[in-house]
Amino acid sequence: MDTGDAAWVLVSSALVLFMTPGLAFFYGGMDRSRNVLNMLMMNFWCLLIIPILWVVVGYSIAGGNFDAAFFGGFGAAFLKDIGLEGEGAMQLLTIAFLGMFAVITPALISGAVAGRMKFAAWAIFAPVWMLLVFAPVFKWVYGGWLGVRGSLDFAGGTAIHVNAGIAALVAVLILGKRKGWPKEGSPPHSMPLVMIGTGILWFGWFGFNAGSALGANGQAVQAFMNTFLAAAAGGLAWVLVERVRDGHPTNLGAASGIVAGLVAVTPACGYVSSMSSIWIGLAAGVICSFAVRLKFKAGFDDALDVVGVHFVGGLVGSLMIGLFADSSHFGNEHLDGLFYGGGLTLLLEQAIANGVTIVYSAVVTALILLALKATVGLRVTEDEELTGLDTVEHGETAYHFGEVTMGRG
Amino acid sequence: MKLVTAVIKPFKLDDVKEALKSAGVVGVTVTEVRGFGRQGGHTETYRGTEYQVDFLPKVKVEVVVDDADVDSAVEAIVSSARTDKIGDGKVWVTTIDELIRIRTGERGAEAV
Repeated sequence: MDTGDAAWVLVSSALVLFMTPGLAFFYGGMDRSRNVLNMLMMNFWCLLIIPILWVVVGYSIAGGNFDAAFFGGFGAAFLKDIGLEGEGAMQLLTIAFLGMFAVITPALISGAVAGRMKFAAWAIFAPVWMLLVFAPVFKWVYGGWLGVRGSLDFAGGTAIHVNAGIAALVAVLILGKRKGWPKEGSPPHSMPLVMIGTGILWFGWFGFNAGSALGANGQAVQAFMNTFLAAAAGGLAWVLVERVRDGHPTNLGAASGIVAGLVAVTPACGYVSSMSSIWIGLAAGVICSFAVRLKFKAGFDDALDVVGVHFVGGLVGSLMIGLFADSSHFGNEHLDGLFYGGGLTLLLEQAIANGVTIVYSAVVTALILLALKATVGLRVTEDEELTGLDTVEHGETAYHFGEVTMGRG
Repeated sequence: MKLVTAVIKPFKLDDVKEALKSAGVVGVTVTEVRGFGRQGGHTETYRGTEYQVDFLPKVKVEVVVDDADVDSAVEAIVSSARTDKIGDGKVWVTTIDELIRIRTGERGAEAV
């Protein structure tokens, strides 16, 4: 075991773990004040259930047999035969690192379903989705058939953001609109919370992207730099669009652009140079700043814009690998992008990998949700929705003002 | 006894408080409120979607005074809360039937 590699992946794992609370604050601040705790709990629920499910069987399906094309099998279930001798410790560390991704990927979907989903339905959906959608797609992209064909996804653009983004779209179509949407507005209840969440996400994303090199090496350094640049470029682009289009540069625009840039550079960060990552960030910032308005035209209530930011941003970044991938920069063996003499082959492979992911994720997400709809039910009642999910689903209130509101029951 | 109620711009509260003190008023109650008048509201934009904010934050100031002191209290509020711009608020005066100081049980003008 290389101690330098191990040290970096250990730190990266903790960084990625921190992203889930960061995401919870990012989403929670954008949500209504009567639903903010439900949003936090949907995210923290993933932190409770997924780590255990991941070592029981999730990792085995996703990465148990690296050479399998479709399904990792059950050979590594319950972490069977994974010790600390030889490469065992590094493998155990990699399982922990990837487990952090398994936690945050279903958590991404929570932003779309905000404000009306039964917590019981979410509590079942998130882990089942991780096993039936995240784990297989992860397998196909990393070591499986989509990866072998030549598509590239450094830290999870296709496997995580496009995958969760399309699932979010399907989820809101099945779940339906919140009462009053879109006529009744629901602006963010706490922008400072959104900005704190954004800061935590950006910080954690260095582990997400640079940690995905699975070692302390040049590729990790480049991924780190790209994570730095694309986020800045994404935020810059979004705020400039707003200044011209809407009149004001907003905090929410800066936060959204930063996240859009991070999402887009995620698949690309280990395959492109610093300058390319700036272009990717700028493109994601501009495109996503318009994509978030699609929901009003198309009529789907994606409450916190998981589709407009994660699905669209992931797709932008993943396809731009087909333009900017530069194998000579890293001295690695993989297809080059259109701008680096690789022709259209890689762009086509990127499109295929994302297309397959979109179809599979959409179909299986729909099946899981329809099964839940027929059994536990997906939505809270109209009264409960208006009362707010914090008190209805969790028996808690986010903000107590003054001392007259609570006595001992 | 009269209850003088004023709805003012929040940033004027300190000025109004000092003016009332100078006018001899010994107690003030304030509440953070929202409302609209001729000033109207404003718009906020989140992710390119405009939201109309009709109810603006204001502060409601309430003071109870002797009949003889009403004019000076009203004058103190009006002169200190005025910015000459739309949205400065209003002051109104109502008659109070009864007033009791909780600590001593004093009633009427004694309790002011």
